[in-house]
Amino acid sequence: MTVSGHVQPTGAVAGYRPERTLRLSVELRRQFKRRRTLGVLALMVALPLILIGALQLGGSEEAAENSRINLVDVATASGLNFTLFVLFATTSFFLVVVYALFFGDTVAVEAQWGSLRYALATPIPRARLLRQKWYAALVLSVGALVTLVAVALVAGGLAFGFGDLRTPVGLSLDQGEALLRLAGMVGYLAVHLLVVGTLAFWLSTITDAPLAAVGGAVFTMFVFAILDQVEQLGSIRDWFPTAEEFAWTDLLQTPVDSGDLFRGVVQSLVYAAVFTALGFRHFARRDVTS
Amino acid sequence: MARPLGAFVRPVPGSVRPRPRPGARATLAALLTALLTAVLVAGTPAATPAAIAAEDGSGAAVATEEARVPSGSGADAVELDTTLFVPDSATPADPAPAVVLAHGFGGSKDSVAEDARALATRGYVVLTYSARGFGASTGQIGLNDPRFEVADLSTLLDRLAGRDDVLLDAPGDPRVGVAGGSYGGALALLGAAYDDRVDAIAPQITWNSLTTAFFPSRVGDAEPTTVAAAPATGETGVFKQVWAGLFFSIGGAPTGGLLDALGGGPGAPGGGPGGAAPAVDPASLDPATVEQLLTCGRFRPEVCAAYQDAATTGTLTPEIAAVLDRSSPAGVLDRVDVPTLLVQGTQDSLFGLDQADANARGIAATGAPVAVVWYEGGHDAQASAETTERLRERVAGWFDRYLRDAGDPARAGDGGPAFEFPAPTGVASGLAVQGGGGRTVTADAYPGLDGTAPADRVAVPLTGGVQPVTAPAGGSPAALTTYPGLGALTAALGGTTIEIPGQSAAFESAPLDQAVEVVGAGTVDLAVTAPGGTATLFAKLYDVGPDGVTTLPAGLVAPLALTGLSADPAAPTTVTVTLPGIVHRFEAGHTMRVVVSTTDQAFALPAEPTVYGIAPVGDGAVLAAPQVPGETSATAGVARWWVLLGVLVTLGLLGWLAAVLWGRRRRRVVSHVEPDGEDVPLRFTGITKAYKDGFVAVRDLSFEVRRGQVLGLLGPNGAGKTTSLRMLMGLIRPTEGRISIFGHAAGPGAPVLSRLGSFVEGTGLQPHLSGRDNLRLYWAATGRPAEDAHMEEAIEVAGLGAAIDRPVRRYSQGMRQRVAIAQAMLGLPDLLVLDEPTNGLDPPQIHAMREVLRSYAATGRTVIVSSHLLSEIEQTCSHVVVMAKGQKIAQGTVEEIVGAGGAVLVGLADGADADRAVAVLEGLPGVAAERTDEGVVAELDGTSRARALQALVEAGVEVEAFTPRRRLEDAFLALVGEETR
Repeated sequence: MTVSGHVQPTGAVAGYRPERTLRLSVELRRQFKRRRTLGVLALMVALPLILIGALQLGGSEEAAENSRINLVDVATASGLNFTLFVLFATTSFFLVVVYALFFGDTVAVEAQWGSLRYALATPIPRARLLRQKWYAALVLSVGALVTLVAVALVAGGLAFGFGDLRTPVGLSLDQGEALLRLAGMVGYLAVHLLVVGTLAFWLSTITDAPLAAVGGAVFTMFVFAILDQVEQLGSIRDWFPTAEEFAWTDLLQTPVDSGDLFRGVVQSLVYAAVFTALGFRHFARRDVTS
Repeated sequence: MARPLGAFVRPVPGSVRPRPRPGARATLAALLTALLTAVLVAGTPAATPAAIAAEDGSGAAVATEEARVPSGSGADAVELDTTLFVPDSATPADPAPAVVLAHGFGGSKDSVAEDARALATRGYVVLTYSARGFGASTGQIGLNDPRFEVADLSTLLDRLAGRDDVLLDAPGDPRVGVAGGSYGGALALLGAAYDDRVDAIAPQITWNSLTTAFFPSRVGDAEPTTVAAAPATGETGVFKQVWAGLFFSIGGAPTGGLLDALGGGPGAPGGGPGGAAPAVDPASLDPATVEQLLTCGRFRPEVCAAYQDAATTGTLTPEIAAVLDRSSPAGVLDRVDVPTLLVQGTQDSLFGLDQADANARGIAATGAPVAVVWYEGGHDAQASAETTERLRERVAGWFDRYLRDAGDPARAGDGGPAFEFPAPTGVASGLAVQGGGGRTVTADAYPGLDGTAPADRVAVPLTGGVQPVTAPAGGSPAALTTYPGLGALTAALGGTTIEIPGQSAAFESAPLDQAVEVVGAGTVDLAVTAPGGTATLFAKLYDVGPDGVTTLPAGLVAPLALTGLSADPAAPTTVTVTLPGIVHRFEAGHTMRVVVSTTDQAFALPAEPTVYGIAPVGDGAVLAAPQVPGETSATAGVARWWVLLGVLVTLGLLGWLAAVLWGRRRRRVVSHVEPDGEDVPLRFTGITKAYKDGFVAVRDLSFEVRRGQVLGLLGPNGAGKTTSLRMLMGLIRPTEGRISIFGHAAGPGAPVLSRLGSFVEGTGLQPHLSGRDNLRLYWAATGRPAEDAHMEEAIEVAGLGAAIDRPVRRYSQGMRQRVAIAQAMLGLPDLLVLDEPTNGLDPPQIHAMREVLRSYAATGRTVIVSSHLLSEIEQTCSHVVVMAKGQKIAQGTVEEIVGAGGAVLVGLADGADADRAVAVLEGLPGVAAERTDEGVVAELDGTSRARALQALVEAGVEVEAFTPRRRLEDAFLALVGEETR
């Protein structure tokens, strides 16, 4: 058998095209075969249901007496309100972990399995491997976020009615407007959480232990969240990666105050770009010894 | 009175999210903008004069000078405790303008130290001092009496004029501005009226008329042109009892202990500093002095008397009015002809927006420039840190314009917008949780001031018929709307106010079709009857949500002192009521409700019980709500953010494009292709891999593999075999040398790697997938056509049978190994690289594997196998490269290396025969023999082994063993031995 007939000028075998390696659909298929992915998505479905149960159990009398104005008080006003409450409850921890998990797992877990070297020898060009992993992590993370919101919206609507959105200060937004704002909030969160995601992604290219990447990113975020409580740091805190993590609540105002939102988006994008670039830079140069 | 009261009112706890810290948002934008500007206009001198000035100012070091300044004469002589902040930029050669900062009621010079320092770093000489009766200054409080407090200011201006580092307009006339909040703000206004040397002022949250402030009555025709105008108090007003009490109590307590005061301490009248506190002899005290001290504290007797009068009777007497008017700028505004920045709070039940409105009208009438700033805060609620910072910046900008750059025509009209107010929100006062976010609206003019168009008013019809309301005896129970200094707290108590049933009449609008933003004080005409002809009423404007939740914007109330009312219900008296000045957005779907009640806990109420009749005028009451169009600051800022976002995206795209182009170029300049590539599937040329820590894993390794060979890479653990294979796969970059695969350079992502199948160190299988899924997904990831995979053949190689569909995690080591080798063989690669392929396999499997590899190579493909086992290589490979310590030791065919006819090792039954055996062997032609520890080793060199053995047996030497001695093994063992030793 001759081997010269099926070779391209680049030296590649016929049928090999770098831009077809590790297509997004393939990577997603690989991810969706993992229990971790399915588990997180299941959790995203379960969480709103658990919260609905908790709110139903707890009774509303005590909540009404709480004079502090927050989203919990009006959580049961409608499905939309409940969705806001779910977002509020998950922003600072749960979603951070989900993003860190999906992004931090990307490269490190392949290194841990030992499949990274075979993928690279396929060869999937390194930058392409990272890019596809990044996209897949983004799809999964945003998918989880959207799943959470969608389930909260539907389950919350069934439990508390498909009414208008009532903000904590007694204003109401009709359904169409509220859904639009909710989409804005999800969009904002999707971008803002990229900070922790890309940090985990960077760490993932450094370590061969997925847990270290995920944990490192989450830990970093917590450290900043704690430092954020230190008043003495003053306006330095506005530059933290965690800054503006609740700016999406500004979308509840009428008219919307977009200053913090824009700052949050721009700052998050800058952070995300820096972390992503660091990840790419490190991975392009590193010797793969896993 | 502002700061100390405000200070104990904290924002509502439990805020949903931390608000941004001051300036940071602007800083980010400015920084990014500056960065981008620098990039875009690199090389052009971009620094503007303002930027230079800011640099000058921000770097200035500030020195402070403490001094006690005597002021006044005779019995009213006092010593003022002062601090002067001098920036190092102010020198006799380059004198700086000065600013005097006056503190609020109950404060001292320390309350404004932070503001002073901020201004000083901008290049101003700043003088702070404690007003007489406060802090460490001596004297009694005269409530900004022109004879005392205002004269003190003049004394201080004299002092500034005497300094050579202060800019002078004329000898004895310094270039000076005066700023202050509340008590200090009124001093600024009065100072500008009484002392012509003041060049610009910035009074904040202060009064126009103390009479109107403490005896308000918002009834009668207001000046219709301006937005927040309220009628000035005529003969009567409703005594703002609780505020007045708080106000008085602050100045009523003697400084230090009572004994200090009596014994001539610093706070005592006429007393001076110094002198150890002498023992006070109670008998020597004048009882009148003691009483005066206890009841009036540090107030001057006439001020004290006026308060006591008012508090006792609750009515405005001419004596009280005389004291209050003397301390009010209202009467002397026609003399305030300097640029004035009026800052007033929207959360202020003490000095409402109407006070600043009246000041603005009065000063604008003189032709002087006036700007008005309303902000979220006031005597009822502390402003956010962000707002405080913004206001400080605004005041400094005002002084920059009118003090520092007064002579600069280029800066004309650059003192900031003429009118600025917080963007109206539907949020109740104090609930800063989701507040306006610090957005402000700016307008070109304060509507209705001299020469500007009057404020627009939108008419909102109200419904509600005649309603009787009762005034309870003794004025109790009373409605609770706001509480001085605690307005926010009232609102926090459920966000609503407490109305007593039966005491109020309500007139309500229809649900609003669209949101109405009220900026200023609305007016409404009502028809009122009172049996006695007089009435004390309180008008409020509520925001009622669709769910019935009511909020009282800013917790403000308009008290009405009505006289000369008709007692006849058939012919009621029409009164025009001016509602409180607010900035509030009534959302669409909400209703506006005007409530008129008879009681309010913050005010002195009549004791007589009465029933009033309150009705709309004519067909129905109409609320005229003032509107101010303007530009919302955030909208202006958004454009900037869009630009930033756009630039960011553009930069990202550019970076991506650059990466793509660079990648393409790199691909094009890929090194040359060796012409004999198809015959030499793999060639290592001078490969060295040295790590950063100095460890050299592979040193100068060169070898080549030809088509159809099964090459064995043999070496002990740590010889550099795996490193070499990893380099060939593009996982590790060699430090030096070139690896060619089919003539193409190998490296990360080299396309030629697609002709390579590999299994190196570990299976790399995903444990949760079945063997088949692993293979499928692996192939899918290569992106190559499915038919190229030869999946079934690979699965056959794995030989797992039905187990191929079980999850890999349940496989034995050998099964995993076989799946991994099958994976390496997917697509039938032209070069197959296997690292220790038979590890973990049982003997039959090893045998089968050897067959597979051999037949694979027979198809013209090439196989490389690494192993540390000689026998393994010997049985599988056609060629071998021996490595140790990163270097190649030997290379050749297995036969060459293993060496037929080479050396033999002769084991003797009796060691004593050794010498004889050596002699016998050396007797053969060309054979050399020697004794070793293991036995006798003979180099046969052409002589056949059979011949040698025969010779030994013939000579009677008892041979126990006669084995070929391999050179390879020698080298190998020697190296391994060295390592283990």
